[in-house]
Amino acid sequence: MCLAIPARVESIDPSNAMAQVSLDGVRKEISLALVDDVAVGDYVLIHVGYALNKISEEEAQQTLELFAEAGLLGAVN
Amino acid sequence: MKYIDEFRRRDLALKLAGAIAAEVEPSRRYNLMEFCGGHTHAIFRYGVQDLMPGNVRFVHGPGCPVCVLPIARIDNAIELVERQGVILCTYADMLRVPASGRRSLMKARAGGGDVRMVYSTQDALRIARDNPGRQVVFFAIGFETTTPPTAVAIQQAQAEGLTNFSVFCNHVLTPPAIRAILETPREPDRGALAIDGILGPSHVSTVIGSRPYEPFAEAFGIPIVIAGFEPLDVMQSVRLLIRQLNQGRHAVENEYTRAVTRDGNPKAQALVAEVLELRETFEWRGLGWLPNSALRIKDSFADFDTERRFELTPSPEQDVKGCECPAILRGAKRPTDCKLFGKACTPENPMGACMVSSEGSCAAYWTYGRFRGESAA
Ligand code: SF4
Repeated sequence: MCLAIPARVESIDPSNAMAQVSLDGVRKEISLALVDDVAVGDYVLIHVGYALNKISEEEAQQTLELFAEAGLLGAVN
Repeated sequence: MKYIDEFRRRDLALKLAGAIAAEVEPSRRYNLMEFCGGHTHAIFRYGVQDLMPGNVRFVHGPGCPVCVLPIARIDNAIELVERQGVILCTYADMLRVPASGRRSLMKARAGGGDVRMVYSTQDALRIARDNPGRQVVFFAIGFETTTPPTAVAIQQAQAEGLTNFSVFCNHVLTPPAIRAILETPREPDRGALAIDGILGPSHVSTVIGSRPYEPFAEAFGIPIVIAGFEPLDVMQSVRLLIRQLNQGRHAVENEYTRAVTRDGNPKAQALVAEVLELRETFEWRGLGWLPNSALRIKDSFADFDTERRFELTPSPEQDVKGCECPAILRGAKRPTDCKLFGKACTPENPMGACMVSSEGSCAAYWTYGRFRGESAA
């Protein structure tokens, strides 16, 4: 129920704040009523047909780097 | 898929497991409650528990929206269908949840009731537009993640003058549930594990932010780490909790920075605040009546409130005999402690909500076969 899936915004209809996203290659119409400043190409978290939030590419990279750094630690010990 | 595959890499999971093993202090106890059913599911599906040292244990929390809804409210939904003849729109998860007398929305539908499964509140609005001669009720359930789409629909219905649409509002709040869990004395003799740290909600926190958890870390001296739902997120968050415990710290940390900020989504919060307000008290399965723990529709949107449009009969509490859902939701028992688990109760023939919802602990134990290694004693 609280699951939300990352999807790429493919097109936006500004007249009704709806957008087309692609979810694993499948197109879906979702609402942008809960988010501001979303652009085509952004990734958003989709929950029950609404974008909840934008996903930060930069933060995602940093988190992945922390995993990699843990890998080094785990290996030395 | 981007943002999914790279957070499920097995090679990195093994490395993170190595880092965790290196950081735990063997003499310490690390009982970590994952609040969300989504985390419970990830822990089982990816075998995260098996990658943990023996003194790191997961205690499953109440964050399963379908599971915490009291049976009386499902009885009310069935009553709306059968006695008021409404079109009831519901998310799929609710259909099979057992109500009083082993009834369910699914059975109400089989008996001729008009119950429609919707994916989004937008679908419910569409059904109301297409059926102007019928009363259409949206059965709104869920935590803060699912609440903003309900608020949007109510606003939209008012703007469109969609007078045959109303919302049966059952939205609940995460922070009061966390408080209730932390305030309940843990009785080890009755199987309730003490909780040393909390894995905080992923998507609830995208909406409310990490700030609302700060008072709990402070007041209860417990570390809280907001964790993403993917297995590597869970493992990294465990690592952060272990580190805090080793250092004697208790702060709110955020592992899920790609989607969660300290302040959350202000636009979604403002929409909810415009349409909904706190209820003085609301009943949770397993946790009982909790003050200020749920939302109702404000007077300015009273026309769209199912509870004011229809007379609903309070139904006597009728939990299924032998079902341990309430204790499981408090983290006081495990599914394997239930005598019905896997015998009278399976996903095909569920006796309780914890077996129906994919976020329920019983469904997770059953689906991923964790019960095999654990004795029921
Ligand atoms: S196994 Fe079934 S009956 Fe037992 S606690 Fe879980 S849902 Fe309830």
